Amino acid sequence: MLYDIKLGINYIFQAPAAGARQILHAMPLTIPGRQRLIAGSIDIDPAPAMRRERQDFFGNRLTEIAFTEPHSKIVIALKARVEVTGGAEPAAASVDLPDLAGALDAERDLGPRSPLHFLPASPYARPDAAIADWARTLARPDRQCGDIVAGLGLALHREMRFDADATTVDTPAAEAFAARHGVCQDFTHIMIIAMRSLGIPAGYVSGYLRTLPPPGQERLEGADAMHAWVSAWCGPGVGWVEYDPTNAVFAGTDHIVVAYGRDYADVAPVRGAMRTAGGQTSNQSVDVVPVGD
Amino acid sequence: MPKSAPVQARHRPSLLTGYSALPGVPDELLREDGTLRPEWVSLISHLDGLSPDERDRAFARGAQYLRDAGVFVRHYGEEKSPRDWPLSPIPVIQPAREWQALGEGLAERAELLETIVADLYGENRLVEEGHLPAGLIASNPEWLRPLIGVKPASGHFLHFLAFEIGRGADGGWWVLGDRTQAPSGAGYALENRVASVRAFPGYYSGSNVERLAGFFRSFRDGLNAMRREEGSRAGILTPGPMNDTYFEHAYIARYLGMMLLEGDDLVVDDGRLMVRTVSGPKPISVLWRRMDAAWSDPLELEASSRLGTPGLLGAVRSQGVTMINALGAGVLESRAFLAFLPRLSEVLHGKPLAIPNIATWWCGGETERAHVRANADAMLIGPANSTRLPLEFEPGAVLRGDMSGIGLDLETWLEKEGRNLVGQELVSLSTTPTWEDGGLKPKPMRIRVFMARTRDGWQLMPGGFARLAATSQDPSAVSLRSGGTVADVWVVSDKPVSEDTMLSHTDEVFVRTSPGLLPSRAADNLFWLGRYVERAEGQMRLTRAYMSRLPETPAGGTPLMSRLEIYLDDHGLDIAEGVPATLERTIAMAVNAANQVRDRFSVDAWASLADLERTVGNMRKTVIPGDDAASAMGVLLRKITGFSGLVHENMYRFSGWRFLTIGRSLERAIAMADLLAAFAEWSGPHGGFELCVEVGDSVMTHRRRYPVAASRDTVVDLLALDPLNPRSIAFHIDEIRDQVSLLPGADVNGQLSQLSRAVLRVQADLSVNTPQSLDQTRLVELRQAIGLLTNDLHAQFLE
Repeated sequence: MLYDIKLGINYIFQAPAAGARQILHAMPLTIPGRQRLIAGSIDIDPAPAMRRERQDFFGNRLTEIAFTEPHSKIVIALKARVEVTGGAEPAAASVDLPDLAGALDAERDLGPRSPLHFLPASPYARPDAAIADWARTLARPDRQCGDIVAGLGLALHREMRFDADATTVDTPAAEAFAARHGVCQDFTHIMIIAMRSLGIPAGYVSGYLRTLPPPGQERLEGADAMHAWVSAWCGPGVGWVEYDPTNAVFAGTDHIVVAYGRDYADVAPVRGAMRTAGGQTSNQSVDVVPVGD
Repeated sequence: MPKSAPVQARHRPSLLTGYSALPGVPDELLREDGTLRPEWVSLISHLDGLSPDERDRAFARGAQYLRDAGVFVRHYGEEKSPRDWPLSPIPVIQPAREWQALGEGLAERAELLETIVADLYGENRLVEEGHLPAGLIASNPEWLRPLIGVKPASGHFLHFLAFEIGRGADGGWWVLGDRTQAPSGAGYALENRVASVRAFPGYYSGSNVERLAGFFRSFRDGLNAMRREEGSRAGILTPGPMNDTYFEHAYIARYLGMMLLEGDDLVVDDGRLMVRTVSGPKPISVLWRRMDAAWSDPLELEASSRLGTPGLLGAVRSQGVTMINALGAGVLESRAFLAFLPRLSEVLHGKPLAIPNIATWWCGGETERAHVRANADAMLIGPANSTRLPLEFEPGAVLRGDMSGIGLDLETWLEKEGRNLVGQELVSLSTTPTWEDGGLKPKPMRIRVFMARTRDGWQLMPGGFARLAATSQDPSAVSLRSGGTVADVWVVSDKPVSEDTMLSHTDEVFVRTSPGLLPSRAADNLFWLGRYVERAEGQMRLTRAYMSRLPETPAGGTPLMSRLEIYLDDHGLDIAEGVPATLERTIAMAVNAANQVRDRFSVDAWASLADLERTVGNMRKTVIPGDDAASAMGVLLRKITGFSGLVHENMYRFSGWRFLTIGRSLERAIAMADLLAAFAEWSGPHGGFELCVEVGDSVMTHRRRYPVAASRDTVVDLLALDPLNPRSIAFHIDEIRDQVSLLPGADVNGQLSQLSRAVLRVQADLSVNTPQSLDQTRLVELRQAIGLLTNDLHAQFLE
């Protein structure tokens, strides 16, 4: 599939904001055998005083920008063309859950894709007893990791109600779980906490979702803004799989990856505060269109 | 006297009667056979020669010094009542020879740690080759991923280290824990030293106790040598006054003559770190940080941090700044490393650790787990990545196999959680004497020692910061938080030592250096300190004026008293209170502003402000309206002028002092315009003119200058227009103008800055007035115009 992606993020400040410095995670990755970034650009208005592109620890592309003059509005516009050729469902039978710990003990790699980064607690995915109890009742210990991922993700999808207004970026996952509602970010963090409580390394994937479904299929939830789903490590043979609990599917050719992290904090589309006296409003728009449609 | 003291005491000093070492552990004072160790002989015979009274006075002097200097322990969450510093008056004495061997051993350890941390942020070979478990590093919260692959500008990760050490049962030193992030305590060690010198003045100067100044000088010289850019500076980064060791940061900044900076003082510009000063942004290329790395940059690390500098990591990444120690060096503080260091020493140095550390087992390995399970009775088992002080108990830890807080049996717990746990052998530590109930008593102790990378290699501070247990012999109780005491550490040489201070050596060329940059935040605090102190003084004078008239006021009041009541009420001063709550608040705000720039005040100035705050607090409880309150205000006025005097007599006349002075003058001019507008009216209540002269503290001057009773003309002339009266508006406008003209940026390319122009306008407007033309309306306008100068000042210097 070939996609044209547009992302627009606007900030409007009540009082002009000076000294802003931000990190953007918005440009799709190139992942051999899965997706390829053909072309991409990010326009920022007004032009920042400093702009630098680099990779972060996890291999994501990021753009760092800084403004020295005060501004009352910042507009970020991304355009990208991406070819998607595959998804991230389990390609083979994965190890049984009880064997996973041994496989992790044998790991000696601390590179960007090492599963070991994705097991400890992280700022947005702190251990929670209620989520761990819930995960334990669902995950039979003799099951394969890949089945546990799919089973848990489907169960979460059934129990949670998608509600764009019920939570904010900073609502703790435990709270969203207790109320059984939220958006893709909440679904993803809850599933990460559940996976880690079982000993399965799990991380956060941010990305884009095809806006309109192919003819005859249902529209996916979360296509109006940047989307999020879960990556989970199912042992050395299968490696990483990606599951979208908001839509109860493994990530396929409708999913376009931007960044991998331990949780939202690592991959937030825009990170960094503005020095401003007044409040601010922001909005985000996303458009993902198959080329030739 | 000390030099002539016998090396071997001929007879046992009476001081030692009743002192005996505890069974099974060495004692610092006595040998196993009960005889005095030679390094103690001189001090003990000195103490023995003092009468009990002299001794008590000596110990009291040390404690008094610390109270006066405002040395205290503050804990997070305890806003109020910081505790007195619990100093034990008897130092811990160590022979220089043994200390030197310790220094050599610890230098090896420092090098080992440097190699490990460089690998963890570099090639990661130790993990790859299986010498360190990958999972343990991945779960270490201080292993900071954004810094992986970043090489420190200085070439080194570690520059200043602390080690917690204790003497074990075998008489040798053990390392209990490594502090690699931003170790605190060196400043406290300095303060303890000053206190112990006060306690033993005559004795100390002739003693062979090694001085501390040389160590700090070498370290500071090392920092300055690392500056990258011509004209750039080295500074100390603090989390600010709410941090429990802020006192130490301010103290050490003053001692080393370095800028004390908060995250907000710094900005990153094009990969360079700059400090925002009243003269514009200036480069900083070396930062001794007393802030944990996680808080230092909200952009890439802890996003919720309000203490950090956004973009700091960018400056580190482009090698624009050397951090002391490198961000991420805290990874080595986790207890689990103690389990691997003995082996890593063999692997990397080809020999065992010169100074062993306490026996530690990581429970992720099966053999180790079995050992811990079998010996849990003699261990503390706790989180592997905990960075707490060694052997300090914490939630989720198990002491001597007591599983009550866990809810699992030991075996299940270890099997399930082993990867995240370490077991540490509970060691017994040596004892050292403290003073209790009029005699010496042995207490278990440990010492924090400090090591600095200097141009001549690693140097161990000849001293340290000792912690003594409160009562028990349980080393896990050795914590300041659980009520123990601290003590100075004296390293005693066989030979006379040279006197040493922070001042330059005589063989160095004398250069008058520029007095240093003034960060904008510091300028802001100095400005407000000037305003609050002056405001407090004004409130005292007003309150006194009212209270002293109260006893003679007839029932039903007088027009003047009614007018005064309204005026006081407008200024938030409650006449029902002898000492108004508003006054106490104003002083608290002055103390708060002073606290933010504590490194810029002398001990005396600080003590006098702290005394004022204490006195007001006490008076609030007892003083009643009327004469009692009037005389209380007199006491407070004398105290506050004491503080102003100390500041104005002793503070170097540079930018900082100018901001303080501008603040004071601005406040005084505003208050005077306010007062005259309210009371110096033709139609005002009877006695209003005299009130103005009294509150304006100009009674004597008025009497001398005008041979008539106070009238509107004489009062306005003296208090508003007379440029020679230090209480007049004109005097203070002149003062503000003078000071502003000497600040950086007073004129821009030959043109006056907006602030300079505004001050000039106020000055000109005032100077064309006569007592007749300066009526109430003009006074109110004048007051507003002066008030607006604050905005111009702020816009030019403080944003």
